[in-house]
Amino acid sequence: MNQQHTAPAADLAAEPAGGPLAASTDSGTTDTGATLPVDADLLQLLTPTGVRVETPENAAYRERVAHLDADALRGLYRDMVLTRRFDDESTSLQRQGELGLFPQALGQEAAQIGSGRALAPQDYVFPSYREHGVAYTRGVDVADILRQFRGIDHGGWDPDEHNFHLYTLVIGSHTLHATGYAMGVQRDGLVGTGDATKDTAVVTYFGDGATSQGDVSEALVFAAVNESPVVFFCQNNQWAISEPTTKQSRVPIHQRAHGFGIPSLRVDGNDVLACYAATAEALERAHSGGGPTFIEAYTYRMGAHTTSDDPTRYRTSEQEELWRRRDPIDRLRLLLEAEGAWDEQWAADLEAEGDALGERLRTFVRGLGRPSTESMFEHVYATEHAVVTAERRWFEEYEASFTDEGASRTHDQHGGAR
Amino acid sequence: MPTFEQFKLPDAGEGLTEAEIVQWHVAVGDEVTVNQTIVEIETAKSLVELPSPYTGVVTELLVAEGDTVEVGVPIIVVDTDPTGEPSAPAPAAPAAEAPAAEGGGAVLVGYGVAEQASARRPRRAAAASAGPTAERPAPVAAPPARAPPAPAVAPARPAPSGPLRALVSAATAGRTVLAKPPVRKLARDLGVELASVPATGPGGIITREDVLAYNARSEPRTLATYAGDDSPWLNDAGTGSSVTPDGRQTRVPVKSVRKRTAEAMVQSAFTAPHVTEFHTVDVTKTMKLVAKLREDREFKDVRVTPLLITARALLLAVRRHPDINASWDEAAQEIVYKHYVNLGIAAATPRGLVVPNIKDAHRLDLKGLAQGLADLTATARAGRTSPADMSDGTITITNVGVFGIDTGTPILNPGEAAILAFGAIREQPWVHKGKIKKRWVTQLALSFDHRLVDGALGAYVLADVAKILEDPAQALVWG
Repeated sequence: MNQQHTAPAADLAAEPAGGPLAASTDSGTTDTGATLPVDADLLQLLTPTGVRVETPENAAYRERVAHLDADALRGLYRDMVLTRRFDDESTSLQRQGELGLFPQALGQEAAQIGSGRALAPQDYVFPSYREHGVAYTRGVDVADILRQFRGIDHGGWDPDEHNFHLYTLVIGSHTLHATGYAMGVQRDGLVGTGDATKDTAVVTYFGDGATSQGDVSEALVFAAVNESPVVFFCQNNQWAISEPTTKQSRVPIHQRAHGFGIPSLRVDGNDVLACYAATAEALERAHSGGGPTFIEAYTYRMGAHTTSDDPTRYRTSEQEELWRRRDPIDRLRLLLEAEGAWDEQWAADLEAEGDALGERLRTFVRGLGRPSTESMFEHVYATEHAVVTAERRWFEEYEASFTDEGASRTHDQHGGAR
Repeated sequence: MPTFEQFKLPDAGEGLTEAEIVQWHVAVGDEVTVNQTIVEIETAKSLVELPSPYTGVVTELLVAEGDTVEVGVPIIVVDTDPTGEPSAPAPAAPAAEAPAAEGGGAVLVGYGVAEQASARRPRRAAAASAGPTAERPAPVAAPPARAPPAPAVAPARPAPSGPLRALVSAATAGRTVLAKPPVRKLARDLGVELASVPATGPGGIITREDVLAYNARSEPRTLATYAGDDSPWLNDAGTGSSVTPDGRQTRVPVKSVRKRTAEAMVQSAFTAPHVTEFHTVDVTKTMKLVAKLREDREFKDVRVTPLLITARALLLAVRRHPDINASWDEAAQEIVYKHYVNLGIAAATPRGLVVPNIKDAHRLDLKGLAQGLADLTATARAGRTSPADMSDGTITITNVGVFGIDTGTPILNPGEAAILAFGAIREQPWVHKGKIKKRWVTQLALSFDHRLVDGALGAYVLADVAKILEDPAQALVWG
């Protein structure tokens, strides 16, 4: 059922002989995070050089992506390019003072687009805070993501409209929400009906660092014993801020799931096809009542943890270079070119589409303005609360105690924000 | 019509209040596009590149490299409509300030209007705050003046038009790099400095192929010189260095501290005529004093070193000969005598040479001076020396002795008239009381600006320092 796929992972670890990186890949030091353990369990359908991996063991997974024709592959490429463009533009907007903070998904596009595109409309996603690509596949207007990072909104979209929960910044806590939601799905009788439009799965996204949180273990326990329809999609981007995975776990992260009795697999997280196939398999299991799956997408956070972080302080440029060569977008482009599916005109249009997205994001964010200071009192409780009311009154008195009109101006400005 | 937009220093981290301008990537007259890197800043957390929010022509850089700037202060002005006709001889209203003053919809940088709200607004008189129900008064006709955050923005100038504009473009053409935005992005992604890429496109435009070819050539490769070497020297992305195509040289762009050091040294060496005088001195008694003070309970928290005694000796010498503590003001054609001593200490740090100074060192006793030295050294080693720590020095000591060097001819810290080099202290045969004895001996060298310090004054100062180091008791007589 699981772990049957054993595509050779040689290409991931192989480097040009004698290249400047040879020393770092062969050094065997455990803390660089660059050394990819040669793991026979790694599912890979597309090498970093854009060559399809075809082995007897991965035949079942190849079948799951066999229907992706040139148009579909170009679609995945477009999704990843636009996600990256969103990432770049948002990072710039933070540097221009328009956003308080931004966490880049740079390098994780394949893991997010591949898994996101495998979902059925009724499936429900609980993301952490870096899942911009998944949000995009769920039809969320990516511009709305920036409301939260500008600090004017607690969310930005209606979770039920997109079956995509709000970003959760507390590490790992949302995996519990996912398991709970999946248990609810079971009680609604929406598992194993055999109706593809009804059977519902829940997918939760989290990182390697989150697996060190107790919440994640609890979520795995409950999902396992209840056989809940939940897919634990762990993007192992190798860095929990500045802590390498080697300081988080003594075994490959996906192996932890075995202890809970949850089938798991490790997939090349920079291979959009493998991520799609692995997620499709896990969803099928969930939809049919087969219970949870744990997927470890082995990828790399090419950017900083957030715009407040400086990765040059804890990792080497050699390591970043190593992963730049495993770029998820580049390898799909190489495949498209090799299979004659690349079209220059289409690529130029896509670049223009990216530019237009960048322009739209800039205009949108600059037009958001500031929230009114009073709004901070509005959502503390659903109904009126005596303490909040008293604090609000005090604040209004305080604001009114100044001689100029600065405070009132802030309110006027809010008018056109939404 | 020219439209001038200001870019205000953003908070590049979470809750940072200021940043240092490390390097401008653009100059006045340069064309910039949206998201092009315009400046590199260093915050308390990291080095950060800031992208331009505007497309246009740079008309002003409002802060200089090395300045520490508060978040929210405008740093650059970009004309986003440089080809437009200038408005009718504009009433001198500063265009860039106008939108903010109106507080209307023309907010061009996020948080633009309210930015000044971070400055404390004056509270109303007690009477006004008496009742919570008191209505907000109608806006006063003349609101109390609020000091805008420094630096004040210079009134916007109309962009040059017609022939003048052509002249300006011709003048800047020499360093303007021509490339399309996707090519610029490619170069940036590859870490290729566009200015150094040979252009083959029509009209000197750098093409995508040019960038790729240049990048391929500058890929680090095995050093041809030493078979078996598997990595080139000094290939550190952090310095932006690159190995030459033949693999025999590494080229590192000059920037940041190295750049400032170079500029300061050239300025000093080629404006102030330097004279250096030397003195070899028996410091055995100073060494005994140092050993004794190290035992002293009062000094148990601070480090007592020969440098500390030397610093104290120099301060006493300055007190006896205050003329040495001066500066040459070329612009005003005046000599400025300082009534205070900000004692500079040259320090080698991981980021390069810095010369922070101990403020008002003339007021400190020996222990205070020791504390000041310790603080200064710790700050410098941690790379946290701020421009304020380094400005307004009046006289400097460079401790070349720590490197085991006997002496040198130091170059003046710009704006100062003298610098003392303190050499290594060695045990040497020395004539002492008529006999050859083992004694602790060192060399002192004093460089001074001969425009305002004559040889005799320099000699007096150096002799005084030597006298105290030879016999610290002399400090009692002069102190």
